[in-house]
Parts: sequence; C-alpha cells; structure tokens
Amino acid sequence: MTTLRTKPSPTGRLMRAFERRALPVFTVLAIGYLLVPIVVMFVFSFNRVDQTLGDGKFNYQWHAFSLEAWLHPLDWPGLGDSLYASLWIAVMSTIAATILGTLIGLALTRYAFKGRGAINSLIFLPMATPELVMGSSLGIMFVATALPPLRDSPVPTLFPFGISTILIAHIMFNISYVVVTVKARLAGFDRRLEEAAMDLGANEWTTFWRVTFPLIFPGIMAAALLAFSLSIDDFIITSFVSGTQNTFPIWVYGIIRNALPPQINVIGSIIFLVAVLAVASSTLRTGRPPR
Amino acid sequence: MSGAASGSPRRLRAWRNRLGGATPYILLAPGILWLLAFYIVPVGQMFLFSVSTGKLETGFQLTFGLDAYTNSLTRYGEQFGHSLLYGGIATTLTLLIGFPVAYTIAFRGGRYKNLLLFLVIAPFFTSFLIRTISWKILLGDEGPLLGPLKHVLGIIPADTSLISTPIAVIAGLTYNFLPFMILPLYVALEKIDLRLIEAAYDLYASRWEAFRRVTLPLALPGVFAGTLLTFIPSMGDFVNAQLLGSPKTAMIGNVIQNQFLIQNDYPTAAALSFVLMIGILVTVLAYARFLGTEQLTG
Repeated sequence: MTTLRTKPSPTGRLMRAFERRALPVFTVLAIGYLLVPIVVMFVFSFNRVDQTLGDGKFNYQWHAFSLEAWLHPLDWPGLGDSLYASLWIAVMSTIAATILGTLIGLALTRYAFKGRGAINSLIFLPMATPELVMGSSLGIMFVATALPPLRDSPVPTLFPFGISTILIAHIMFNISYVVVTVKARLAGFDRRLEEAAMDLGANEWTTFWRVTFPLIFPGIMAAALLAFSLSIDDFIITSFVSGTQNTFPIWVYGIIRNALPPQINVIGSIIFLVAVLAVASSTLRTGRPPR
Repeated sequence: MSGAASGSPRRLRAWRNRLGGATPYILLAPGILWLLAFYIVPVGQMFLFSVSTGKLETGFQLTFGLDAYTNSLTRYGEQFGHSLLYGGIATTLTLLIGFPVAYTIAFRGGRYKNLLLFLVIAPFFTSFLIRTISWKILLGDEGPLLGPLKHVLGIIPADTSLISTPIAVIAGLTYNFLPFMILPLYVALEKIDLRLIEAAYDLYASRWEAFRRVTLPLALPGVFAGTLLTFIPSMGDFVNAQLLGSPKTAMIGNVIQNQFLIQNDYPTAAALSFVLMIGILVTVLAYARFLGTEQLTG
C-alpha cells in the first residue's frame, strides 16, 4: 500500500516491513501447505505397491516408481462400479437440484409474496447443519418407514437403502447451494432488458427463453458445477443412507481398512486434472474465473 | 409481473391474472416440498426416535423418556469434549492462518490475485477422503515428514509418532477446512473501501491502529462466516478422527456413526445428533450476539 501516507515512526516502519516481507512469505507457505497433500496424492500414484515383491497392500510408504496403477486405473474389484455409481448419482442429482433450486431462486428474486422470510430460513438451514446430523436424521427417517407403525400406514417404504435414497439425500443438500448461486446471479440482473423485450411485442414465455434464461445461464451452470462437485465428493451424508450401495468415496473408505491401492491416487489425480482443466477453460473463455 | 407487458396478447394476460399471486408459490413448491420432506420431516422423526426406547429386532416404542439423552450425555461426554476441543482449536488455527493469507491476497495480490485464489480452492478439486489419506501418508511414522527428521537429521527419537495423536486429527481438520475460512475473509476484505483506511492515516492513526479500528471491524462479517463454515463441519466430522486418530481421539461423529451403522441403536444416535445440532445452534446464536455487540461498541 505505497499510496497511503504514513508517519515515519519505528513501529510504523516495522508494520510496513511486516506487510511487505513477512505477509507474502507467510501466504506462499500457507498455500504450499494447502497444495502439499495434492502433490503427495500425485507422486504416490506412481508408487509401486506389488504384494509379490513384498510391498504389502498399503500405499503409505514409497517403494519404487511404477506406471502400473496409471496403466490399469480400474484394476481393483468394485472400483469401476463405485465410480460409475458416483458419476450417475452426481449427474442425476445435479440435474434435479439445479432445476428445483433455480425455480426457487427465480421466485425469491422476482416476486413479492408472503412467507419469504420462512423460505429463506429453510434454504439457509441445510447449509448451517452439520452433514452428520442431516445424514443420521435422513437415515433414521428411511429406517422408520420400514418399521411399525409407519410400515403399516400408507407411507411408501424408502427402505432398503440404495441408489434412490442416496439420490434423495444429494438432491436435498444440493438445492440450497443452487439457490444461493443462482440468486447471486439474478441479483445483478437488469429488469429493463425484459421490459424492452415485452415492449417489442414478446410475450412472457418468449421473453423468458430469449432474454432472461440466456442471461442467467452462466449462474445456472456455476450452480450445476458446484452441485456436481459436492455430490461426487460427498461421503458423510452418503454413508448414512447408502446401505450396501457403493459410491467412490464409500468404496475408498471401506477398502482402506484392508488395503490402499495406488489406483485411488490415480483416480484422485484424474478428477483433479479434469476439474482444473474445466476451470481453466472457462476462465480463458470468459476472461475471469467463475465464482 | 411488469406493467410494461402491453404487447402481450390479451388471452395471456387474462391467464396471468387468474394465476395472480400463485406464480411464486408454483415455482417454489417442488423444491420447498423436497426440503420439507427430506430435511424438516427427518429432523422431526429423529426427535421422535430420540425419545423412544427399543431395539431394531423388537421394534421401537415412543415413550417420551429421556433415557437416550441422559445415557448419551453421561457416556459420551468425553467424545463431545473432543469435538468441541479439536473443532475449536482447528477453527482458531484456520483463522490465524487464514486471515494473513486473505489479507495479503486482497490487498497485495495485484495481478496474481486470481491465481492465488485458484490455488486456495485447488484442494476442492480432489476428494476430501483422498486429501485426508494424503495426510496419513505425510504424517506416517516413516513418512516424508518424520522419516528424514528421524533418520537423516536424527533430531527426534525413532519411536516418535504423529498418527493416532490429537495433533494429527487437529492438523487434518485445520487443513481440510482452511479454504472455507480464507474465502469469506477474502470476500469481506476485498470489499473494504481503501479510502477509509487512508482517512484513518490522515487522521494520524498508526498502521496498527488503522488495522485494528478500521480494517478488522470491517472484516468481521468475513470472520463470522469463516468461523461458522469451519466450526460447524469440523464439530460434526468423523473422517479425520477415524483416519488420522485412534479410538482415544474419537469425536462425537465417530460415536454417532458407530451407534447408527454398527449398533443400530437409533435412539442413542438420534439423541446424540440432536444434542449436537442444538449445541451448534446455541453456539452460533451466542457467537452472532457477541460479534454483533462487538461491532457496535468496538
């Protein structure tokens, strides 16, 4: 902050030296701290974990360089299936939550209606609740539908746990994040553009699809990306409602008791690279990072 | 809707008038019903289970007894304590690490601002579990950190261990939730009008005073958001304690997970979850009050 005037005093000089030298160094160190586990993940994806060579089953210690895991990334029982289930759940829950959340976002930003405060609280609550509480309460409710007295009443049984219960949970926790993201985009929206379209003879339906939707589309895409990444990585809530169904995080958590194959690091590295490329390409296209 | 829709056909306008005030409710209905059915109802159901007794094999009876609560509070006080302690320390550490980082990026980032922010959120691009496993590799007894310290430099005893200690759990929590602290702090600091700080200097404030009396109070909303985004998930976490800790470092999340998935003791799991939820809610409200009054008087 060189433009700011300061009185030259010993403490002032000390503060400025602190800002100029210590803070940037500290920041670089902190960011290094954030990146170290990613580097470890990447490096250990090239580790040789070969039981026949006495490496054991755990990828915790460095043995030797090997491309084995990268050449056979799905070569472990259950890994491919769990990855496929994760992708499918993430895609479906993203589509559903994005539609439901966008509708709520539209209603909240462009209509005056009674109960807005209550709706806003209901949107906020899932984001302020520990995942653990959401997971266990949802799991308990699913169990309850399969037990008396609920079992004997005309409540549809949501038991046993499986893809459908995971989907219900993922859509639930994603809705709030979609609403918040879409609302942020709609807040800066110039309503006069819609009025202009209607003045030019467009009806509301046409106006929405030709003017409103294209303008809020980047916000909807950002919300969908967020929902997708939250869903594909979710472990805590999923662990309470998955039963015997594996998703990639659930499979990883299960296997690490008995083994830690380097394939886990390979999949993690691939997901990381794809996400970085997705963000980089969207940054290059729009000239600024998506928020 | 807008009164400027004079060009739309009369039929459509009539239809819209008939819908009248119903439109927002039609837009809200599907999503809100989903949240009611799968967020609110489960919390209610959980409460009913927490005042029930029974076993999975014999069924649960609603007795409105408080056994599950007294049991869980007397038996699992230690794990509640661990959650509060580890979560509290991790939150404090993320604030101490995160504030200088957010400050530097916001005020001194220059053209590297976007790159630095990108690096801060980079951990989110890989799985939470895999990051924690990486920490297990890093902190391992013969891992990249302790290995050289023991055998190359020889400055620590060969039987030193970090894994399975509270230190490892706190390190994992701090690491995993640090970006959640930095981002809201950055947003709050970025918004500060630099002329306010300049005005403080013009009024003969020292750098420290300007920071304490202008920058810090204006950053408080970010501190509030950041501490909540860190404290809430770390209180309810069980992954770090499971992978990096030992049974001795179990947090309340581990107990709830065990009661639910292994013991199938739903009343206890429900009571523990309920206590955790209420505890966090009360803490958040008290904290909001505390920061709110600070802001007015400070």
